[in-house]
Amino acid sequence: MTAPTTAGAAAPGTPGTTAAAVQVSGVGRVFPGEGGRAVTALEHVDLTVGAGEFVSLIGPSGCGKSTLLRLIADLDSPTSGSIAVFGRPAREARLGHDYGIAFQQAGLLPWRTVRANIELPLSLHGVGRGARRERADEMLALVGLADFADHFPDQLSGGMQQRVAIARALAERPSLLLMDEPFGALDEMTRERLQSELVRICAETRAAVVFVTHSIPEAVFLSDRVVVMSARPGRIAGIVDVGLGRSGDRGDGLREDAAYFAAVTAVREALHGGAESVPSRGVETR
Amino acid sequence: MTTGVAEAGDAAVVAPSAAALAPAARRSRRLPAALRALRPVALGLAALVLLAALWELVKAVVPEDGWSIGELRVLPRTTDLAMPHVSEMLARLGEPLTSQPGADPLWLAVLRAGGTSLRIAAVSWVIGVVVGFALALLMTRFRVARSAVLPLVVLSQTVPLIALAPLVKGWGAKLELGFTWEPWMSVAVIASYLAFFPVAVGALRGLTSPDTLHRELFAGYAASWTQELVRLRLPASVPHLLPALRLAATSAVLGVVVAEVSTGMPGGIGRMILEFANFASSDPAKPWAPIFGAVLLGLVASGAVALLGTALRRFRRAEVAA
Repeated sequence: MTAPTTAGAAAPGTPGTTAAAVQVSGVGRVFPGEGGRAVTALEHVDLTVGAGEFVSLIGPSGCGKSTLLRLIADLDSPTSGSIAVFGRPAREARLGHDYGIAFQQAGLLPWRTVRANIELPLSLHGVGRGARRERADEMLALVGLADFADHFPDQLSGGMQQRVAIARALAERPSLLLMDEPFGALDEMTRERLQSELVRICAETRAAVVFVTHSIPEAVFLSDRVVVMSARPGRIAGIVDVGLGRSGDRGDGLREDAAYFAAVTAVREALHGGAESVPSRGVETR
Repeated sequence: MTTGVAEAGDAAVVAPSAAALAPAARRSRRLPAALRALRPVALGLAALVLLAALWELVKAVVPEDGWSIGELRVLPRTTDLAMPHVSEMLARLGEPLTSQPGADPLWLAVLRAGGTSLRIAAVSWVIGVVVGFALALLMTRFRVARSAVLPLVVLSQTVPLIALAPLVKGWGAKLELGFTWEPWMSVAVIASYLAFFPVAVGALRGLTSPDTLHRELFAGYAASWTQELVRLRLPASVPHLLPALRLAATSAVLGVVVAEVSTGMPGGIGRMILEFANFASSDPAKPWAPIFGAVLLGLVASGAVALLGTALRRFRRAEVAA
């Protein structure tokens, strides 16, 4: 842990910042449907993600968790309410390159090598060649793909492609990482390995993460807090405070820990039963 | 310390997949290497030989007056006038153009005419590509332009080329550009009218081919439209653009041949086809020479674009992967 740590030390933008990484207040999103039949994707959503905090959004299909992530990323605009990223409007945050983003599909550009893919956001934002190369090398080491720098995406496995996508998202040292089911298309083994890696990477970079997932174990293993959402209309049903310790201390052993199972149970009950049936320990409902 | 463990784990998982990749790549690369490059050429030659054999077979099997069902002739006459032997047509290429002493051999005359036509076709290809691409860019940038221009582009191809020839010739003569409007310029402009269409359509498809995922990625980076064009849309358009460029090349050749005939420009292969058609009864192998020339032109033109395709190989990875 040499180079990556020094890279991570610079990550938390302004030190001692008071602004939360993400502040979602009273957000709603209504999609105009056919024949005046509007679909309410999100309603009255309030959520705060602290700096350096790992928060997962979980819920059934159609609960608006991806919509919420897209709103935070300013890829879509809320019909009501407001969203602030590090104290400024989502649009300004996007234009200011405040966040890194990764989707379910790796979305690498097939004509660029692994290295060039990681350098893409840097070159778009006018970073010089030398600095770009240096940063790409750091990122390649961080995700363990240093030997594959000059490969093309079609020569990599799905898991490796996804790691390149994560490296690309982290290339600009964002203090906020937005991830929309990044491991959703991977097999279970690859998935668990990448989860452990993500936990380590987050510990090193100290970025706040908003992580959308379908998987309860994944959410619990990765997160400081799990936001449980319900569908039609999409809203927050409960928030489970996982409290399994700082991400840096989490190893694979945690997957067999009693506290881990308790948290998994708490999330499952919040998903199925609504907030009332959730044990009071470590649960806050907003 | 977790770093070390995780990376060691990766290396173990990564290694077999890398090992699996390498032999596959090696197998396809080592085995034929030089041979594989010649394969398409060999196949093309084989197809030519087959065509010649078929020609001779028809000549041998079908009666001289062709085959008729009732009044309708379904297979052509196979007399030496209508269908000269392949050997005669080839031999004629080596003989002089006319019986005058000191006349060039026919093949040289055909190549010379072909060269003239090819130069004009190249100009019209460039005009077609520039115009077609500019239209595609416009249609990509502005949705309104797409709904307004695209139908016109499609409609433009329903106007027959020969109808345009006298118009373009007339306009060219009236223009005052500071240089004299040569007949070959009319031909180039008319042919480019045929060449721009596949480029406009292919480039539009290519430029609009990036999926939502990639466009949102660029939106997330707050990339400008120009950045998105250069880093995403242009590279993504290459697999769609190459077949369009190739089609444009053959269209340009075809357009030049037709335009030479309809504007009456001398010196090119189109005019030669028209002139030599008069010798159909006296020197039946002669009219075939410029036809071979025109085929050769098309091959050269599309071959040149194929070379362009190999230069842009890296942007076609998606084709192979998908």
